[in-house]
Amino acid sequence: MLVSLKWLKDYVAINVTAEELAEKLTMAGLEVDEIKIISPSFSGVVVAKIISIKPHPAADKLSLCDVTDGAQTFRVVCGAKNIKAGNVVPLAKVGATIPGGHTIKASVLRGEKSDGMLCSEAELETGDDSSGIWQLPDNLTLGVSLESALDLEDTVLDISVTPNRSDCLSMIGIAREVAAITNEKIKIPVGRLKESIEETSSHTSVTIIDADLCPRYTARLIKNVKIGSSPVWLKTRLESAGIRSINNIVDVTNFVMLEMGQPLHAFDFRFLEQGKIIVRKSRDDEEFTSLDGKTRKLPADTLLICDGVKPVAIGGIMGGLNSEVKEDTQVVLLESAYFNPVSIRRSARKLAMPTDASFRFERGVDPEGVIISMNRAAQLIAELSGGNVCKNCIDEYPLKVPATKDIPLRLSRISQVTGVLIEAKDVIRILQSIGMNVGKAGKDNYLVTPPTFRVDIKREIDLIEEVIRIYGYDRVPVTLPNVAVVEMASNLRMDLEEKIRHVLTGTGYSEIVNYSFVTPESVDYLCLQENDERRRLVRIKNPLADDQSVMRTTMVFGLLDAMKKNNNNGSLDLKMFEMGRVFIDRKREELPEEKNMLACLLTGVTTDNLWGNMVTADFYDLKGCLENIFYDLKLAKYNFRSSISEPFLHPGKSCGIYIGELLAGYMGQVHPDVLEKMDLKNCAYVFEINLDILENQVGNVIQYREISRFPAVTRDVAFLIPADMETNYMTDILLRQSEDLLENVVIFDIYAGKGIAEGMKSLGLRFLYRATERTLTDIEVNIIHEKIVQNTVGLTGAKIRGE
Amino acid sequence: MIDDLQHLEINALAELEQSTNEDQAQAVRTKYLGRKGLLTTLLRNIAQVPDDEKPLFGKRCNEAKDILSAKIDEVLLQQLLRKKSEGLLKEKIDVTIPGRIIKFGRVHPVIQIRREICAIFASFGFSIVEGPEVELDYYNFEALNIPKDHPARDMQDTFYIEENIVLRTHTSPVQVRIMEKIQPPVRILSPGRVYRRDSDVSHTPMFHQIEGLLVDKGVSFADLKGMLTAFLKKIFGMNTKLRFRPSFFPFTEPSAEVDIRCVMCGGSGCRVCGQSGWLEILGSGMVDPAVFHNVGYDSEEYTGFAFGLGLERIAMLKYGVSDIRLFFENDIRFLKQF
Repeated sequence: MLVSLKWLKDYVAINVTAEELAEKLTMAGLEVDEIKIISPSFSGVVVAKIISIKPHPAADKLSLCDVTDGAQTFRVVCGAKNIKAGNVVPLAKVGATIPGGHTIKASVLRGEKSDGMLCSEAELETGDDSSGIWQLPDNLTLGVSLESALDLEDTVLDISVTPNRSDCLSMIGIAREVAAITNEKIKIPVGRLKESIEETSSHTSVTIIDADLCPRYTARLIKNVKIGSSPVWLKTRLESAGIRSINNIVDVTNFVMLEMGQPLHAFDFRFLEQGKIIVRKSRDDEEFTSLDGKTRKLPADTLLICDGVKPVAIGGIMGGLNSEVKEDTQVVLLESAYFNPVSIRRSARKLAMPTDASFRFERGVDPEGVIISMNRAAQLIAELSGGNVCKNCIDEYPLKVPATKDIPLRLSRISQVTGVLIEAKDVIRILQSIGMNVGKAGKDNYLVTPPTFRVDIKREIDLIEEVIRIYGYDRVPVTLPNVAVVEMASNLRMDLEEKIRHVLTGTGYSEIVNYSFVTPESVDYLCLQENDERRRLVRIKNPLADDQSVMRTTMVFGLLDAMKKNNNNGSLDLKMFEMGRVFIDRKREELPEEKNMLACLLTGVTTDNLWGNMVTADFYDLKGCLENIFYDLKLAKYNFRSSISEPFLHPGKSCGIYIGELLAGYMGQVHPDVLEKMDLKNCAYVFEINLDILENQVGNVIQYREISRFPAVTRDVAFLIPADMETNYMTDILLRQSEDLLENVVIFDIYAGKGIAEGMKSLGLRFLYRATERTLTDIEVNIIHEKIVQNTVGLTGAKIRGE
Repeated sequence: MIDDLQHLEINALAELEQSTNEDQAQAVRTKYLGRKGLLTTLLRNIAQVPDDEKPLFGKRCNEAKDILSAKIDEVLLQQLLRKKSEGLLKEKIDVTIPGRIIKFGRVHPVIQIRREICAIFASFGFSIVEGPEVELDYYNFEALNIPKDHPARDMQDTFYIEENIVLRTHTSPVQVRIMEKIQPPVRILSPGRVYRRDSDVSHTPMFHQIEGLLVDKGVSFADLKGMLTAFLKKIFGMNTKLRFRPSFFPFTEPSAEVDIRCVMCGGSGCRVCGQSGWLEILGSGMVDPAVFHNVGYDSEEYTGFAFGLGLERIAMLKYGVSDIRLFFENDIRFLKQF
């Protein structure tokens, strides 16, 4: 809501600066977003005095004026007749600009030099008088710019009005607030409406068919209007509010809407067939062309204002082209109505026609204010267009809009909610200052009736808010809640995420955040199969863009996308992770399944130093990272199995991540086809794991095991096994032999190639034997070791290398 | 003879002084103290000394021998130490070459802010809870006193999945879900992703919010002021000035926006604060009785306050980021700065 302070002063005295007023309004809940200074559309025009005038030697209609700005004298050629020596006038100096973008230049007119221009009110667009040069008051200081000499600048406050305060969508509404918070009185303009003897009802009628959508409709005829442009004062007012001037009739309806908050509409009466108004809902597939020239098919239940035959306006939203006020309009039917807010809002949204009128109607106008506004507009139209206002308006009010009355208010409740004791007399004074009627209903209890324009006040809590708002939030003390100690529930998953964050950032991975929505093509990029649940996409009905139109079902696509953007920026070595949700559609009318996931991507070299050893990351780097997480989470039963197939992973370099027997995720090298599709040049490794599964498996118990003070004995063996035999298979068998003294088995070498038969590999294992209470002897170890190795050979078919 | 001894002593010490390495120092030892050394020879010639001077001469000779020997040992030791340290210096490396490190990764800046805020409220006794991001219209709007076709819905442009399913526009639905499950007292904090149909320098279609709710007997607007003041001073510093001003949220009444003095200009007015000197930080208010009614709480017995804030906005102010979209571009050069 744009509020011109000059305009506002018509209704309330303002004795503070614009900044102070803005501050006060903001602190009362009417937030001022911006304070704008509006200057007139000219510059370089100063106050000057005519010293002498003599006739132009070569032109009868022109004269030569010597004018002074107090310091210098200028010779100006002028054509106006209403000036004489001693007059104070506006002088546009050479270089000045006047409305329309004209720049004044030094010129020669019929052989006489002219250094500037004397201006009329109309030329400066400060008034309508174009008959002669603007005669300024004699007491102005010469040489001062005209805008400051006449105070032509205006300050406009841009106020953001919250949806509950429909009463503040008007100048008078704002003035009421200003009056309440600055202890001033409000001045409501009183129209002196002159009515002719002709009754409105003798020419026209109003029939409301759908009263639920239009509880009240008033109309009045104004005859013999003369359409013309509006006077400058009116244009200026509209402009300050950001509304374009059209003609005197339309401008008045807009002016009264801005002034009183009641949207109005003017019909050209000659286009209303049968001379009557019928208010009804739209019929199936009805079409209508509105004032903006667009023809729309109207949705069902759109409220229409019709004449005897056809629709002439979309009620509360926009008038029709067929009944528009034109240059030759003579009789105007003025409409002022109260429409059902919900219906207006629905229609305006369905039609995508948010207008100044619908904005106010859907927030709720004052049902009892329609006649006052109507009369105000009629009076102004009569004044500006010379029309005759027919007697009495038609007031169809079939469905009384219920007014809120007698809301109980308890002083005790005010202090319970606000935490501050406000005295009864202050409460009453505050409520009265904003137009409330306060009646007593027992000790410290009151009955409060809000004015009809405060459609937002219905309950005690609404009154309490008003009291504390005007009382001042800054006067409320600052205390801490005196509340019971409650046990804080810990959030296991958030704790889990924090732990993972520590491990990952400590290992060099940075956290990214992708949008949760992606392109529907993401599942194609990842080559997901038709029956894959990750194809059950949750679709957004009204996305901002196609590539943000479905909720992600995996986070891998986002990571690859982030990799691509970074690669394009020259960042090739990346360690990234994201934690967030994926969404799997269930079925209609049901919320999708939301899973908490962790996904990680590794590409490029693993070190950050160019001068050190650069090692290109591979599968085992990422696997190590995951194992580190599991180690930190004290996760006992996890393993990696190659028996899964993810279509977007390299079939030979990928695996499933199992927690116990539960598949919790996967990891591997991104399939070359996917890289190619996504236009990625470098090899990348990813994993994605379900945190909801992990959450339940985290080990919380730490049980210390005694550290042996005795040395370990090691034995190395190289086994020859088939190249495709997984190491896990071997170590599992070894460790399953439940030999207490075997502390650990680690791999020290894996080799295939020269010296090893085709299709075989050598797996070098180091066996670590130790007892907790004594030093083992060589003989003892040899016996056990030999047994284990022979058992293993027996169970796996492995051979011992070098035997 | 005593004179000879004195000369010898002076010469020996002078030669020792001039020796620069072990060999030279050893040569001094041989020359004076060796089997045929000058001092040894002198002592050997004691027979030629008159009898009454013999004891003194002998004593002086032995003293000179001891002094010289100790001095030579000392010089040798010093030379040894010097040699060692010269050897180490030859191994000098360039200490200005950057260290061999695995650089830490960074936690996303918005998550860092979330962490900080959660920690502060955890210290106030708030539990952290979560709710669905794809949410029923009922929880996102209606239970929060935002009926269908209400203009308040304009405050948040909504992504729709179905007629009655939306991407949550705020974290507030979580408070309703929690209140449906538990009885007061309630003290919860709910962080998470939220979605609004908006995109420009200061809006992204997805961002993060934190919602807080405290319900108990005797909780007032003054308490809301107290707790949020304590919180904002922890986040922005003890000297932070703040103001509470009336606003409107359908699910709280009275409602308050909380502003802090602009962190960029200190209140004199700048581009960041739109010349107002204040920055909008969070929305808050006393829980509307209608919301309590919807979850079956007795609003006469219990009162409470709720607040919500956008994390990106806090991160932008704290870190001086001017374009919110940077948080979701995932440029590693951006992320590594936090």
